[in-house]
Parts: sequence; structure tokens; C-alpha cells
Amino acid sequence: MAAVAHEAHGHHDDHGHHKESFVSKYIFSQDHKMIGKQFLMTAVFMGVVAMLLSILFRIQLAWPGEGSDFVSFFLGDTWAPGGVMKEDMYLGLVTIHGTIMVFFLLTGGLSGTFSNILIPLQIGARDMASGFLNMLSYWFFFLSSLLMLASMFVESGPAMAGWTVYPPLSALPQAISGSGLGMTLWLFSMAIFIASSLIGSLNYIVTVLNLRTKGMSMTRLPLTIWAFFVTAIIGVLSFPVLLSAALLLIMDRMAGTSFYLSDIIVGGEMLTNHGGSPLLFQHLFWFLGHPEVYIVLLPALGLSSEIISTNSRKPIFGYRAMIGSILAIAFLSFIVWAHHMFVTGMNPFLGSVFVFTTLLIAIPSAVKVFNYITTLWRGSIVYTPAMLFTIGLVSTFISGGVTGIILADAALDITTHDTYFVVAHFHVVMGLSAVFGMFAGVYHWFPKMFGRMMNIRLGYAHFWITIVGAYGVFFPMHFVGLAGAPRRYYDYSVYGEFDVESYNLQMDLNIIITMFAILAALGQLIFLFNFFYSIFRGPIAPQNPWRANTLEWTTPVERIHGNWPGELPTVHRWPYDYSKPGAEEDFIPQTVPLAEGEEEH
Amino acid sequence: MVTKLIILGVIVLGVVAVAQLMRVYELSSKLREQRESEISNRDNKFNAAMMLTFMFVLFGGLIWLMVNYGWTGRGEAASVHGHEIDWLLNLNFIIIVGVFFLTNTLLFVFAFKYVRKPGVPAFYYPHNNKLEMLWTVVPACVLAVIIILGLKTWNDATAEAEAESIRIELFSKQFDWTARYSGEDNTLGKFDYKLTTGNNELALLTTNTLDTAINNMEASILKLEYVLNKKDTMLIPEDKDKMMVDLSRKERLVRLLHQMRDRHNPEVDAWAWDDIIQKDTLYLCENKEYEFNFRSKDVIHSAYFPQFRAQMNTVPGLTTRFKFIPDKTTEEMRKAKNDPNFNYVLLCNKICGGAHYKMKMIVVVLKESDYKTWMKNKTYGVKDATGGYKVKPGTFKDTYFAKKNAPVAEDNAEGNEEEENDEDAENQPAEVVDPELAE
Repeated sequence: MAAVAHEAHGHHDDHGHHKESFVSKYIFSQDHKMIGKQFLMTAVFMGVVAMLLSILFRIQLAWPGEGSDFVSFFLGDTWAPGGVMKEDMYLGLVTIHGTIMVFFLLTGGLSGTFSNILIPLQIGARDMASGFLNMLSYWFFFLSSLLMLASMFVESGPAMAGWTVYPPLSALPQAISGSGLGMTLWLFSMAIFIASSLIGSLNYIVTVLNLRTKGMSMTRLPLTIWAFFVTAIIGVLSFPVLLSAALLLIMDRMAGTSFYLSDIIVGGEMLTNHGGSPLLFQHLFWFLGHPEVYIVLLPALGLSSEIISTNSRKPIFGYRAMIGSILAIAFLSFIVWAHHMFVTGMNPFLGSVFVFTTLLIAIPSAVKVFNYITTLWRGSIVYTPAMLFTIGLVSTFISGGVTGIILADAALDITTHDTYFVVAHFHVVMGLSAVFGMFAGVYHWFPKMFGRMMNIRLGYAHFWITIVGAYGVFFPMHFVGLAGAPRRYYDYSVYGEFDVESYNLQMDLNIIITMFAILAALGQLIFLFNFFYSIFRGPIAPQNPWRANTLEWTTPVERIHGNWPGELPTVHRWPYDYSKPGAEEDFIPQTVPLAEGEEEH
Repeated sequence: MVTKLIILGVIVLGVVAVAQLMRVYELSSKLREQRESEISNRDNKFNAAMMLTFMFVLFGGLIWLMVNYGWTGRGEAASVHGHEIDWLLNLNFIIIVGVFFLTNTLLFVFAFKYVRKPGVPAFYYPHNNKLEMLWTVVPACVLAVIIILGLKTWNDATAEAEAESIRIELFSKQFDWTARYSGEDNTLGKFDYKLTTGNNELALLTTNTLDTAINNMEASILKLEYVLNKKDTMLIPEDKDKMMVDLSRKERLVRLLHQMRDRHNPEVDAWAWDDIIQKDTLYLCENKEYEFNFRSKDVIHSAYFPQFRAQMNTVPGLTTRFKFIPDKTTEEMRKAKNDPNFNYVLLCNKICGGAHYKMKMIVVVLKESDYKTWMKNKTYGVKDATGGYKVKPGTFKDTYFAKKNAPVAEDNAEGNEEEENDEDAENQPAEVVDPELAE
């Protein structure tokens, strides 16, 4: 057994005895908990930046052409003369907002933070399989974040081709200013990000497979670990494809190749590129792009499975079905990518195949939702802020999931493709669900990360403002999309020229949306305050504040290097023995041996 | 500046105020000996009640939006397959809104009802195979219906167009649309992007345009060579490099043009000559099937006709197609919507550059008789009493040669729709063509 071998390794027994310097403890740390926190801090910063960008372009959408001090404060005279942002900058903001949110907050931030913190703690390991690679993974992530931020400050502006960076627009600096240096930085940042993600994922997979403690069989793993494990596998299989897409784009831009370019005249120049296909890029991009949705979602669903069970004081309903649905979603996620391409010129027959596979994915998703709801049924729900966010997650997962059925239906996609309906759909199902999952995770595991408690009341205020703001932003957005508004438009006033009714509708709703967006953004200040204040001043946490079963709550509050002071714990049962009849307490930690005559779940 | 300071001040004070509140709260909870990890019954009840309240607010909000902004928000469809799509969309909406209400109700009501009550333990209920089977099979059945209906509509919408349907090419570039009608033979002329010149913006292939393109290209190569070989001028190194690159690019292009010339079959010229190029407004005939062929000059655009429920990307290097039958004239739609200024529209729906949002073309659907008159006038022109042209003939052949002798053509330009269009085209700056090619 690998776990036993690890145990015998001796080195770990004298943890805590050797002094660590500031640099090795806080900066170039190889401890998984510190690396997790580094991921979290970086992601929180990136998330704040991306949120700010969204407020800037929401202001433009609600009050087009009106000067705003707020906009001019951030963009200055170059990009927003008189407080009205330029068309190009609008697209730049949209692009960077999307990129940061999807990759840096929800991939790096969610999976990076919680896989790192929870995998060793919940499987009973001293650390990750390779502490050094883990550290490397964070520093690549950090470097790519810096490059992405730097790209916003170059003279020709950041990448402006949308977060999907479809060539030829992203390949031709003549077509838009952001496709110059900004795009180059974007591509290099992403290439480094992918390296970080790959190193991290390989580490997670190896750790889960090899370093489980005695008794921790795969069917006794918490669903969080299953989710991180499967997420890492998806990442390893799909991110290299994005890397190849990015590399070919780099070559088209810099080496004169024609992978994506054919028969183009741009900026008065007739290019000689011939035979490439922009569709190739889209296939490569979405081969990652769709699994990416689940790379973002599965960790959130894993976290919420754990939290919903703990705080309902009930076992998660259908543990094996939950694992099965994670696996089914992961498998299906690889054969649905072209539903992003129904109207791109791809063969319509191919489209119909993807309609079929895409709609299939609704089945495991429905299973998950119903299992969550049944877990609540006849529970004894404790409303920690984490629990609130988890219920919010289930709600947004439903609301965003059902609109996916419309978009997956190729016939209906003809009229909804690239409209605000799509924007609303993926923000609810992927953005909100994942962000709610992330908040839930932070509130729930904050005691494990920092040894202190976050303030509960501020957590409540944060949740209620956030969910009202979030639905207030994205419900109306569906109707803007159904009215026909294309996405990535700088100004919808053009509608006034041919359809006043539709124009009025869009403008009304755009103002409502922006108001709610500002409200939701202000709500996040509560979180930021609570988060940073509690790191330093929060009350000291008890060892097992939520009375949970999983292994991380058997570690000391001081968060020592190597996690457990003595021997590694031995696992005797699954992690969901809450309110088991016959037990004294309403929870039985995994380390408690089965009682005489007690059956495992 | 003052406002900025005030805003900053308010933020700082706000943070201080929250921090003070926190301290008060912490001290008071210390007094009550309550710990953050123990959620009081009051807090639990408060959040449970909020869950139920929020559910009503959420449902109310959705219903309000649906009542105020339309069930599916988009007005009536104006094409034959559009009605089918709308029917399917409505059906799907009934299903998903139903599922939305059902599952969210269960979620929030359970969240309200099963909040912790002291002394009431949770019910240990780890699994139930029957239930799990139920919610695997039921969604699967509903999805089967959705898939079958969806694919039927999709297959109809994307099937090959009828042989007799009217062919129109929509040519996209940053940031406008140009339509090309296939003319009386209903066959679109061939094209190759290398043939783009000042009076052949759509790069149509005929013997004449081919020769012109070759001549232009060779002339500009000679010009470049002349500049580069001039003994008495020193070129800035960067300029020189740029010109060398330019030269090799053009030499390559001219080689390809010559190859094309060698293989050229003059019989296809006729397909192009009768084509009609139309800017600004796209005129369509009611109840006729149209097959649109989409082309792009520079980046990906997307031809999006919201009211006809039609959309297809335009891809450089690839011809894409979409067909539909408009079944409501603009006049009828204006009456139905009670908006005399309403127009159908073709929008760009794929990010294509800074002015993406302005890239559109008005679409007008005419009755058959009106359409025929328009088409006849467009093809043969309209003569006035004196025998001159009030409206000049607008086939590619006419406009191509008229523009070639531009100074002559400008003589009778007044009040002439055709002429205005031409001027518009010329006002489009250098983006249209390689300046050297335009020569």
C-alpha cells in the first residue's frame, strides 16, 4: 500500500521541529495548505479586478454615451475621453472579464484552492505527492496572472476578440487594435496558465490514487475528492488541446503559417494565406471549452455535496449515484463541444449528433439536483453561510441548467446563438453556481485555512445581497436576449433605427441589470471585509466547528506541516454517517470504527 | 476631483463603521457566550423564512418579466420555418419553466420546512434505488421528446434549398453587408478574393476582371521594384524591409493569378455579368424561398436575421449557406406591430471589431408585384422621356464598366439612387481594397 509506504517514510515524523524562514513558509512554500491559500488570494484579487471590469462595461450598456466619473477614473483619457469608453476598450473589457473569470477565478481559484487544501486533508495524506511541482503550479499561475493583468496596460489595449479569441479577428492586428501586443500577452499568459493547470492536475490525480490513508477506499472518499479527482482528469485530457489551439494561433500570428487563415483582405492588404480554417480553431477551442465548464462546475458541486450533507445533518442522498453522475458528466463533456458551433458553418448533420449528446448531459445533472433536494428533505438544516450559498448554488444550477436545454437544441439555437440569452445562461449555470460553490467553500473551510471563524451575520448579509443581485442581473438578461439583442454590442441604440419596441425593452432592462450588478458588487465588499478581517481578528476556531465527519476536522487547529502530529488516521466508514439511528451524536467521524453489529451504509 | 475625494471618504467611513459594528457584535456574542460555529435558532429561523420569501420574490420577478417583456420576448416570426421554431421554443419554454417552478419550489420549501428544530433529529435516508431510477427515467423520456422534435425542425431548416430557390450572396466585411443577387440565370458568378479591385469589390471572376487584377498587380510590382532599385534614393531600413515583404507577397499573388488565368473557362463569365450588387437595403420577395450564400472578406461575421429566425456565420475562405422563406411583407409587419418605422434587419452577430455593433443592413420584404418591378428596374434601368436613364441598369456588367470610365459616368449623377450607392461605396475609405490595387 502506497499509504503505508508513505507512513514508513520517517521524514515526516519530525515535522514542526525544523524552523521555517518567512520565504519558505509564505512565499516559496511547498505545503499544500499554504499553496491553496496562495491560489485563493490570487484568485480573489483577480476576481475583484474582473468584477470591476464588468461594472465598467455595464455602465456603458445602461447609459450609452453618457460620461461617467467612475469610468474615467479607471480608464483615463486615453480609453475613455470624457468618461465615455471607446468601442475598442469596451471589447477589451468584455474579453478580459471573461478570461479572468473563467480561467483565473473559477479554474485556478476554485480547483486550485480547494483541491490543494482538501485533497491531502480529506484523504489522510501528509501533503501532495510532489510538493515541489505543486509550488511550481502556483508560481506558473501567478506568472500568468501577472501577464494577463499587464496586457491591460499596453498601449494598443488588451485582447479584444472575446474570451473565445476566434481567429481571424484575434490573428490580425489590422482588424482590431487589441490583436497586437495585447493578444500576444494573452496567448502567452494562457500557455503558462495551462502549464500550471496541467502540473496541478497531475499532482491531484497521483495524490488521490496513491496517498489515501489506511481504510480510505475509493468508495469511502468524500464527494469533494471525487469531484476534484475527476476534474483533474478532465483537465489533463482537455487543456493540452487548448494549448495546441493557442500554439497554432501564435504561429499564425508570428510565423506566417495558415492554420486558421484563408483568403483574407484586411486593412487594405491582401494576405497570401490560403487553406486554413477558422473552424479548426473553434473545434480545438471548444474541445477544451466545453469540458472547461465542468472543470469549473464539478469542484463547486463537490464542495456543495459535502456542505449540504453536513448542514442538513443527513447523509448525502444517493452517494453512488452522485459518483456515477460525476463520471457520466465527465465522459459526456468530451463529446458535446460542437454545440457551440451549430451556426458556424459546420455540417448540419454533425450538429444533430451534438444535439443528441448535449441533451443527454441533462440526465446526470438532473440526478444531482434531485439528490440534493432529497438530501434536504426531512433534514435538520443548520444555516451557516456556507449552507446558504450551497442552496443558492442548487437554485442557480437549476435555473441555468434548464435554459441550456433551449441552447442545446440546434433548431432553437439558430435564433438564440450569440444573443444575451446565451450570456445569461452560462453566467447563471457556470458563473453563479461556481462562484456560489466557491463562497460556500470559503465560509465552510475558513476555519481549516486560517484557524479562525468568519463572522456569521456578515456572511448572511453577503449571501442575501449576492443572490438577489445575481438573479436581478441575469433573469432580465434572458429577456434582453430573447428580444434579439446580440452579445458584445457596445451600444444597443442601433435598435432604435428599425425596431423601437425592442429598443425600449432592451434599454429598460439594461438599466435594471446594471443597477443589480452594482448592488451585487457592493455586496462583495462585505465579503472582502469579513474575509480579511477574520484572517487576523476572527475568533479562534474550534477543531470541528461544523461537527463534520471528514478527516480534515481531526487535524489540529494550528495547521501544522504534515497535517497530523502523530500517526495518520485510519478510516473505518464512509464520510456521511450523519444522524445515523442508534448513534449517540448526530455525526460519526470517519475515524470511528464500526460498532458491534453496525452495518456500513 | 472633489467628488472623488468624497466617494473615497464615504468608503473609508463605511469600512470603519462596519468594523465598529463587528466589534460590538463580537463583544455582545462573547457576553452571551455564543460561538460563531453554533448557529442560534433565531438565525436558523430567520434564514428559513428568508428562503421562502426569496422564492416568492424570485417567482414573482420571473412572472413580472414574462408578462411585461413577452413570454419569449421577440415578437412574431416573419418566415415559414420561423413559425415552427417559435412553436418549438414555446413548447420548450413550457417544459423548462415548469421544471424551474417545480424544482425551485421543492428546494426552497424544503429549505424552509426542514430547518433545525430542537429535539427533532434528521431522518437517516442514504438512498432509494426506486426514486433514483424515477428521476433518471423521467428526464430521459422528456428529453427524448425534445430531441426528436428539435432534430425534425433542425433538419427542415438546414436541408438543401430547392433547385428553383433564389440565390443571393451576402458579402460581409468590417463593417457592412453587401448583397449580390444571382440575376436572371439564378446562378451566382464565381469569385476569388485575389480578384478584388476598386471596381470589383466582391472579386467576381470573369476574363476581364482576371486580366484587370493581373495588370494591377503587375503594375504595383513594377512600382515597388522601381522604388527599391532606385540608385539615388536611400530608404529607411524598416520601410525597405516592409516593401520587400510586400513585393514577395505580391509576386506570389500574381503567380497564383496567372495560374488561375491559364485554367480559366470564359463560359463562366456570364454567371457573373448579370449579377446585381446591392448595398444598404436588401429587398426580398414574399413567399419565395431564398438560399443565402455567405462570404466574408476579413474576419468571421454572423448574418443574423432576428425576425426571420435565421442565423449563419460568415467565414473567410468558406461559403456558408442558410435558406428561408419570408412570409410577411414589411408593410404587413408594420401594421401588425403598429409601428410605421419598423424594419426587418440583418445584424452582425459575431464580434468583428470596434464598430461591430453598427454593422447592419435593412431588409425589406415586398409583395411579389412590387418586387418584380424593383428587380426589373434594377436590371434594365428606367428611362425617362428624353430616352436617357433615370435609373441606370445595375447588373455587374453595367456597374463594372461604368466605374471603369468613372469620369464619364459622373456626368448625370443627380437624383439617382444608383449613383448615390456608388458614391457611398467610394466614400468607404481604403479599407475596401489594397490602395495599389485600386489604381
